[in-house]
Order: sequence, then C-alpha cells, then structure tokens
Amino acid sequence: MATQHSRSVARLMMAPAVVLLLGWMLVPLTMTLYFSFKKYLPLRGGDLGWVGFDNYIRFVSSSSFWPAVQATLTIVGGVLIITVILGVLLAMLLDQPMWGQGVVRILVIAPFFVMPTVSALVWKNMFMDPVNGLLAHLWRFFGAEPVSWLSEASMTSIIMIVSWQWLPFATLILLTAIQSLDSEQLEAAEMDGAPPLKRFFHIILPHLSRAITIVILIQTIFLLSIFAEIFVTTGGAFGTRTLTYLIFQRVLESQNVGLGSAGGVYAIILANIVAIFLMRIVGKNLDA
Amino acid sequence: MGRIQLKSVTKSFGDVQVIPPLDLTIEDGEFTVFVGPSGCGKSTLLRLIAGLEDITSGSIDIDGADATDVPPAKRGLAMVFQSYALYPHMTVRKNIAFPLRMAKLDQAEIDKRVEGAASVLNLTDYLDRRPGQLSGGQRQRVAIGRAIVREPAAFLFDEPLSNLDAALRVGMRLEISELHERLATTMIYVTHDQVEAMTMADKIVVLQAGVIEQVGSPLDLYRTPRNLFVAGFIGSPKMNFIEGEEAAKHGAHTIGIRPEHIAVSESQGDWSGVVSVSEHLGSDTFFHVHETGLAETITVRADGEVGFRHGDRIHLTPRADVIHKFDAKGLRIE
Ligand SMILES: Nc1ncnc2c1ncn2[C@@H]1O[C@H](COP(=O)(O)OP(=O)(O)OP(=O)(O)O)[C@@H](O)[C@H]1O
Ligand SMILES: [Mg+2]
Repeated sequence: MATQHSRSVARLMMAPAVVLLLGWMLVPLTMTLYFSFKKYLPLRGGDLGWVGFDNYIRFVSSSSFWPAVQATLTIVGGVLIITVILGVLLAMLLDQPMWGQGVVRILVIAPFFVMPTVSALVWKNMFMDPVNGLLAHLWRFFGAEPVSWLSEASMTSIIMIVSWQWLPFATLILLTAIQSLDSEQLEAAEMDGAPPLKRFFHIILPHLSRAITIVILIQTIFLLSIFAEIFVTTGGAFGTRTLTYLIFQRVLESQNVGLGSAGGVYAIILANIVAIFLMRIVGKNLDA
Repeated sequence: MGRIQLKSVTKSFGDVQVIPPLDLTIEDGEFTVFVGPSGCGKSTLLRLIAGLEDITSGSIDIDGADATDVPPAKRGLAMVFQSYALYPHMTVRKNIAFPLRMAKLDQAEIDKRVEGAASVLNLTDYLDRRPGQLSGGQRQRVAIGRAIVREPAAFLFDEPLSNLDAALRVGMRLEISELHERLATTMIYVTHDQVEAMTMADKIVVLQAGVIEQVGSPLDLYRTPRNLFVAGFIGSPKMNFIEGEEAAKHGAHTIGIRPEHIAVSESQGDWSGVVSVSEHLGSDTFFHVHETGLAETITVRADGEVGFRHGDRIHLTPRADVIHKFDAKGLRIE
C-alpha cells in the first residue's frame, strides 16, 4: 500500500542512490561546461581566465573538426550496416536445428566478452600485420601483394574490428526475436504462395523490425564513443580521427583542457541530435 | 473442384509411426470432419494433405493428379490455423490480400476480391485495422477471408474455433456451415469437439492413434457405430456399456445403450438404481445412476421436467430396438 507514510520512507531510502547518480552525471557535466569557457593549459601557465565562446569557435573552425565528425559517422554507419545485416543472417542460421547448437551459440557470443583493447591488438598484430598477419599470409598464398590494412585501408579495418565486436550483440538480440516468431505464420505464408525470399521480406523482417530498432539505438550510443580500437591501432592517423579521439588529443596531447571540453560539449550535442533523429525514424516501430 | 485421395499414406517422426498406412477419399464439395482424441494424428493428417509435412510413404492425389511432391503453395489448398496465424504487422486488408499479391494479380482484381470477402464475412468496417485490434471471432473471420479469396480447391481447418468462447463458437460454426453451403467447396475440418463434428459434417472420419476407426455420415456413426471406440466417442453424453450377464442375454460380449434411449420411471422398469447426481440443463436432465448391478454408472437422459434427486431409487427401461451389440473384440454384431 502506497500510503503517505510509506511513500516518504521510500523517498528517503531512494535518496542516496538518486544523489549518487545525480553527482555521477552532474559533476563531470558541470566541470566540462566550466572548463569549456576557460583558457586552461595545465603545462603552459594553468588557468588563464575566462574566454567566453572562444574555445567553441576554435574547436569548430579547426581543420580537423569536420573530418572528425565525418569519420565518426562513417564508423557508426558502417558498423551498424554490417552488424544488422550479418546479424540477421547469422540469427537465421543459428535458429536452424543443427548439431552442437549450444556450443556454436556460445562461440558466436564469445567476441563480445573480449575487451576492446585486447581485440584491437589481436586484430592489429595477428590478422592485419602486413608481414606476419594471417591475412598477409592468405594474400601471399593466393599470390597477391599483402595489404597493409591499418595504413592503406584504415577506415575499413577499424569498421571490421568494431563490427566483429558488436556482431554477437546484434546476433543475440535478433536470434531471440526470431525465435519468438510463430512458425504457423511462416507456414501460412508458405501456403499463401510466398517463396522463401518473399517470406523473409514480408514476414520475418517486419517481425524483426523492433529488435533491429533496439540494436541500432543501443549500438549507436556505444559506437559514438569508441576509443580503444582507434588508440591501439591507428592512433587517430590515416583519417580515423573521430570526435572522441580529437577531444582526447586536444586535452592530453595538446594539453588544452578548455578546447577539449568545448569539443566534449559538441559531442554531447551530436549524440543528442543522432538520438533524436533515430527516435524519429524508428520510434514509430517501438510504438506499434 | 477438390477431390482428395490418400493412398496408403504413412507418416513417421523418426522411429515413431504416427500414421500407419491409411486410405481415404474426400469427394468434391464434401464437408469432412476429422475427429479423435488428442494426439491421434488429426493435425498431422491435415498437414500432410496441405503439404506442410512430407509423407513417409504412399501418395496423395488432388483432382486425380498426383500431388505427393507438389509444394504447399501449388496444391491449391487454403488452410485456417488454430492460432489464426495472421500477419500482425499488416492491416486486415493486406492480410486478406496477401495470397493474391503473391499470385501477382492486378490491383483492381485484388481490391474487388478483398471487398467481396470482407462483405461476406462482415469485415468491411475493420479492413484498416491490424489483427491486434480485433476480437477473437473477428480474427477468425480474417483468417477465413484470407483463405477464401484464393478460391482454393479445398479448405483445411485445424481446430479453428477452439480459442473462442462457447457462444461465439456456436455462431462461427453456423457461419462456416453457411459458407460451405454457399461456396460448395471441399472442406476438411479438424476438431475434437463432437458437437461440431455432428452438426457440420457431411462425412465424419473418426481417428484413433492414426488409424481410421470409421468413416460415415454423422447419423451413420450415431446409429451404427462399427466398434466400441466409435460408439463411445460419438454421442453426448457417452453411450453406456454393459458387460456380463445382461449382455449375454442379447448374445453379445458388450451391449451399448445411449442415455437418450433409456426410459425413466418411478415405479417400474427392467433395471433399477439410485440417482447419484442429476444435472438439470433446463431442456434435459441427465441422471447418473448407481447400484444398478450392471455397470459402475448408467447415464440417462430424461425430459427437463423430470425431477428425481440424489438418493432416489428409480427404474430404467432401455429401448430394445436401439441396443448396440459388440463382440469380445469390440466389433459390432448385427
Ligand atoms: N514434429 C513432430 N515430431 C515428433 N512427433 C510429432 C510431431 N508432430 C506431432 N507428433 C506426434 O504425432 C502425434 C499426433 O500429433 P497431432 O498433432 O497430429 O495430434 P492431434 O490429433 O492434432 O492432437 P490435438 O487434438 O491435441 O491437436 C502425437 O503423438 C505427437 O506427439
Ligand atoms: Mg492438433
């Protein structure tokens, strides 16, 4: 019973958690906002006072800003496309009855448990190394010139690495969605004269639309802030400098906290624009 | 056209043979009902006819042509599933139009047929709703609509009314019967409700463990059940079976007498017993009579006005001309 008394007790009990969460969110946010209006160079004179919107203007007018935005969106978009398409295909494959289903499913999920730093290092050194990498051996086996992945096809490489990490997540969510499809619907469609491809587009895909929406939303939120994969592979070179990475460089490499903070505020705005945009497109799906 | 012929069809799932060799002919335009206890293979048989399951051996002919290896879509049959299996993301209109779109009919023809089916089934007001916004009976009608627009050679129904409440069931039963009268298309209907079977069927097929026990018109099965299983399965309440001395008097191992063929009297009769439970339905009264010395319980159906109660001693007289006689193997003796 939610009496007056029990409600106030509940509020009291919840207070620590609420305060903690608020602090967790508000302190960094206010500090970012605070520094973004200051000229603050820790190694070159420290706090040099208020500068208004100077940092904001400098961050955007820098020649690396728009390429960074573009790199971010390319990575997010590329990974989303690959994980959703391959995820749907893999989920349908895993849904088929087969021998050793349990083991195969666990194997498919495995990449998700590998830390981003580790997986990027493994890819960089074991697969993509132009001299000793497995891919280089494979290329040579077929008589081709090995590709130096991370310098020549840097964007593709990073998209590959990140997709490999996120594919299990997409597959898992889509697999549970596929399993909830009533098999009588497919049989009805079969009797209605729909060949396999039509059954996929008219029955399976609409059934998955909600799960795909969820995969896209969650992945976008995480992909906007990928960092480790870029840090250990290209270090932001060869056109792979994302917004997150640019902010990192401004703060730690150029030791310009004010400028970095302004970049952080832009990142928050970008993330929100993307989120609103996505909600608009796919929100309808969630209502239905 | 829709004459379906099964020739020594069998079906096994792994090592388990669910349907032993089975022969059956369903004539064009006939309303055939498969009845039988749960798990006897009714759905399996229907799915074999539909082509959703492959038969293990034997052959299926549709309109004289071998359809054994013809895929479901090409058999010209339409199926109504127990769960309706409507497409939840499509409107009613799109659901009904789906088979026509798959058949690549032109839009004007599709619209015409959908409107036609909708008006037959009273769905015109709901065409732009989604299945989730319909009641059970309306969903059922959409499923039927999706089946009739294709103008199939035969309809297959798998327990289509079992998810509906009793009142709606009676209504839908009539609607399906009317539809059959109007379309005169072959219909195969699976149910375990014997009232549905008796009221709708031209021909009833009684199944037990994949074996056809008897095929015949409802009245055939009611009047001359071929064996004990059919005798007990058709008719409600169930036929009374009496063994021993009383049966021997009729030269049989077991005799069967339907509850409606026993007369009840306060004072005199061939048998006597004590009423344990009386069920008053208004129009009829069912008495469950104990201590007759014949069987555990004898069920009797009497007029609704007859008012015996628990503990009353009553007298029973069976109608001699409708006593069914069975031998030791359970087969009917004429
Ligand atoms: N895919 C399958 N694999 C193995 N056995 C099956 C399969 N489908 C059905 N069976 C078995 O076949 C038998 C007949 O099943 P079926 O579904 O035809 O029964 P039914 O008469 O429709 O029963 P109900 O009235 O309960 O629907 C059952 O014993 C069932 O266990
Ligand atoms: Mg069944």
